[in-house]
Formats: sequence, C-alpha cells, structure tokens
Amino acid sequence: MNYSIPFNTIVIKEIYRFIRIWPQTLLPPAITTALYFLIFGKLIGDRIGTINGASYMDYIVPGVILMSVISHSYANVVSSFYSTKFQHNIEELLVAPVPNWVILAGYVSGGIMRGLLVGVVVALISMLFAALAVKHILITLSIAVLTATVFSLAGFINAVLAESFDDISIIPNFVLTPLSYLGGVFYSVAMLPDIWQAISMGNPILYMVNAFRYGLIGVSDVDIQLAFIMTGGFIVVMTLFSLYLLHKGTGIKN
Amino acid sequence: MKALSIRNLRKTYNNGFEALKGIDLDVDAGDFFALLGPNGAGKSTAIGIISSLVNETSGTVSIFGHDLKHERAKAKSCIGLVPQEVNFNQFDTVKSILLNQAGYYGTPRKLALHRTEQCLKQMDLWDKRDTVSRRLSGGMKRRVMIARAMVHAPKLLILDEPTAGVDIEIRRSMWQMMQDVNQQGTTIILTTHYLEEAESLCRNIAIIDQGLIVEHAGMASLLSRLHIDHFVLDLAEPLTVAPVIDGYPIELVSDKTLNVAVPKENGLNSLFNQLTLQNIRVISLKNKTNRLEQLFMDLVDAKSVDTTPAGLQQ
Repeated sequence: MNYSIPFNTIVIKEIYRFIRIWPQTLLPPAITTALYFLIFGKLIGDRIGTINGASYMDYIVPGVILMSVISHSYANVVSSFYSTKFQHNIEELLVAPVPNWVILAGYVSGGIMRGLLVGVVVALISMLFAALAVKHILITLSIAVLTATVFSLAGFINAVLAESFDDISIIPNFVLTPLSYLGGVFYSVAMLPDIWQAISMGNPILYMVNAFRYGLIGVSDVDIQLAFIMTGGFIVVMTLFSLYLLHKGTGIKN
Repeated sequence: MKALSIRNLRKTYNNGFEALKGIDLDVDAGDFFALLGPNGAGKSTAIGIISSLVNETSGTVSIFGHDLKHERAKAKSCIGLVPQEVNFNQFDTVKSILLNQAGYYGTPRKLALHRTEQCLKQMDLWDKRDTVSRRLSGGMKRRVMIARAMVHAPKLLILDEPTAGVDIEIRRSMWQMMQDVNQQGTTIILTTHYLEEAESLCRNIAIIDQGLIVEHAGMASLLSRLHIDHFVLDLAEPLTVAPVIDGYPIELVSDKTLNVAVPKENGLNSLFNQLTLQNIRVISLKNKTNRLEQLFMDLVDAKSVDTTPAGLQQ
C-alpha cells in the first residue's frame, strides 16, 4: 500500500482545520506578539539598552518567534488529536490500514506546519518593529523545524494520555508557559545570578531559543551543537514513546 | 472462501471482566450474517477486535484469508465498519468525510472522488454532499456512516446496530440498501436489537451470550427448531372466560383478545375448527412475538439457567 496517500490525507485535513479556524489559530499570536514588541521592545526596551551587542528589540525577536512556534505546534496537535479521540473520529484511522507511524507523522506534520506558519506571521509582525536579518539561514530553519517537531510530539503524547479537556490545558499552562518565559526569551541567562543560571541550564527551551537567536542575530548563551543534540535527542525519545503508546492503544483502544 | 474466521478468541479487560471466553466463528464470503446477543454479551467486543478497535487477549482473526495480526494492512483493507455511535467529524462536510476515509485506505484522489459520488448517490445523499454533517438529521447521519464504510469498496461490511433509533420508514429504506449492497457481492455482518430485521435480512446467524457462541446456524434451520408459535386472536364477540381446547394453552387477555400457544405439530386448522365449534368467531390474527425473538429468548434464557449457580436456580 502507498502510505503517502493516508499521510497526505491527515496532513491536508490538519492544515485545512487550522486555516478554517484562523481567527483562533493565526490571528491571536499576531496580536499578542505585536503587543510584546510594542511594550517590551519599544517602550521598555529603549531604556534597557543592548544585550550581547544587540538592541533589546533585536534580542527578543527570535525568542518571541520561537515561543510562538512552540506554543502553537503543541496546541495544534494536543487539541486536534484529543478532539479526534473525544469525538471517536480516531476510529476512522484505527479501522483503516494506516500504520501507527503514519498517524504520528501526519499529526506531527500538521503541528509543524501550524507552528511554522505562526512563526512566519510573528516574524512578519516583528518587521514592523525591528530590521529582521538572518545570519545563519540553515541553523534558523533547522532549529525552528526541530523545535516544532519536539513540541508537536509533546502535544501528541499529552493528547494520547489526556482523559479530559482539563488534562490538555495543564501542561501548556503549568509547564510550557513557565519554561518558555524562563527560557531566555526576554533576557540573557548571563544576567541571572549563578544559581539561576545553573537551574536555567536544565530548561530545554533555553537551548532552542538560543540556537534560534544565534541563527537570526548570531548571539547565543549556549553551545549550538549541544542545542541540536538535545533537540534531536528529545525527538528520538518522544517519537519512540509515542509509537509505544499507539502500539499499546493507550487512551485510544478498549 | 471464508470472509471471516475466528478461532478461540478471548478478551479479558483490565478490570478482570472476561468479555469473550474463546469463541469460534466462520462467515462465508457473500453471506448476510447476523450476530445477535443481549446487551453486554460480547458482540461489540468481538466487532471491536475484528475492526482493530480493541486489542484481543488471545486467539486469531482472519479476514478473507489474511491474518489480522500478521497481515494487518491486507486484512484491514477488506473491512468497512459502521459503528453504533456517530463517530465522524461533525464539522466536516459529508463529501470530505468520505474523501478522507478513502484517503486513509490509500485510494487515489481521482478514484476517491468517483467512489464518493457513487456511494453518496447510492445512499441518496448526493444533494447533501456540501452540507456540514452536524446539520444532518439522525437518519442521514446513519446513511453517511454506511456510505463512508463503503467508499473503499470493502469485501466485508460490518454494521453494528445501523438502524438503532431511526424511524421505521428510514429503517426499511436502509434494509433495501443493505440488501442491494449484499447482492452486489459484499459480505455483511449485522448486529441489531431489531430481531425482525435479522430474520428478514440474514441467511445465517450466531447468538453470543456471556462471552460464548450459544448458537451458530442457518436462519431457516434455526427457525424450524421453534416448536411453539404464539398468536394473538381478535374476536368478534366478547368472552368472559378463556375457551378450553385440548393441546392449545389459551389466555384471555381482554374480553375480545386471546393469546394462544400453537404447537407446530397441532397447527392452526385444528384450533380454528375447535373455536368454530364453540361459536367463537375470529376476525384477525397476528404473531405475538417475532419468531426469532422467541428463539433468541429461549436460547439466552436457557444459557442463563445453565450458568446460574445451582443454589440460585428456582
């Protein structure tokens, strides 16, 4: 059987879904990030000066873009797959001869597409406030795709394990948002006291944000290679765990 | 060729409930087969395992010769499932529901469009193709599920209570559709609580109760085993007591209505002769219960007596 057809079906269905509800999926990040840039970048940023040689506005743009990629790739998969489970549409896929890896790849690709599309929207908004230059295009694109993949997979795992709508909002609200804000989006970890610097090094989002910032403006608090290794490692582990959950039928069978 | 072959299929849920206790079942290709049983008997679990919605504990399932465990994709591509509950995305249009399903089965786009049109026309839903599915009536949603299950041209169509909750007019039109689909060569397995539906549509039957197959036979041979028919007689004149006729237990339900148990060996002629001799004029007669229903109750009741602890049997 040609698995590209079911894969494309899932991806196109996912893209159509988030585009159909664009006022919920694409418009809010545009407004929120415009406010970030206006308040933090323009009004407060002018008083902060420069960080690692970059203006504060230029410094926060990469973090804000990647924060949007993270939250929207996660949100897309967790809400779409949980709704599919909740309405029992998942049975359409389980009955059909679609292997688990195609189901996973389809949903994760949908999440990546939304994450990247929101990233592009936020990048366009940022151009109203800052001159967006890309120093290392390959690093920028690859870390954006890898980060979107990590959080799409995380959203998928959350959706599989969730038993109620509360369960799909706990991780974004109580884990993802704090980690994003504490991941060096608005500051350099070098500005923190030693103890908080050490604690921050345990936050995976810090590595992704800094690698992305390096790609855009050539400034980073962390080793770029380590950021790629860590992100790749997360993808491998979460992919295997997702496939294990699908194989067991956790949350979707019986 | 067997459309479905099940051997020693067992399912024990995590809470310890043993839903299937080692069932064997064969369904011939081209058959219209009824799988009946009371609520909680194990029908839905069996169908869930056949359609990969439930993991079996042990046993084998083979669909058109393809083992469900070892040739999963081939086995699954033979099946179309119409589940009990509406399970399509209620925000999608009718057409996109079918196109997506065809895509999951690997059907190329051009062919998927052709089959979608064919199935929607067959289910009399072509005019509704661009309607968002949540706006459809209950009967239309049922027909969408049948059309969806047929869009990849399955060789085995499993219908899990497809007519539950639909009015009699739609039910009868769905019976006709199911018969047409079967006549075109598709094997159908039907579960239903409407036993007259099973009796009039199906050629073979299995009755499942408490996780075991208690009967597996041809419909005609099964019905021939029914020794007593129950009839309701409407009388022209009122009676105060039930007439006594040897060999026919009679109950007076109201002054103008009798319930009569008619043993097959005695027949109806003798009953009417006796009633005529007693000056009782019958103006109409009907079956008290559907024949399959009678047999079903007998089999299920017999099984529950068999499995009741001796001290509780009365």
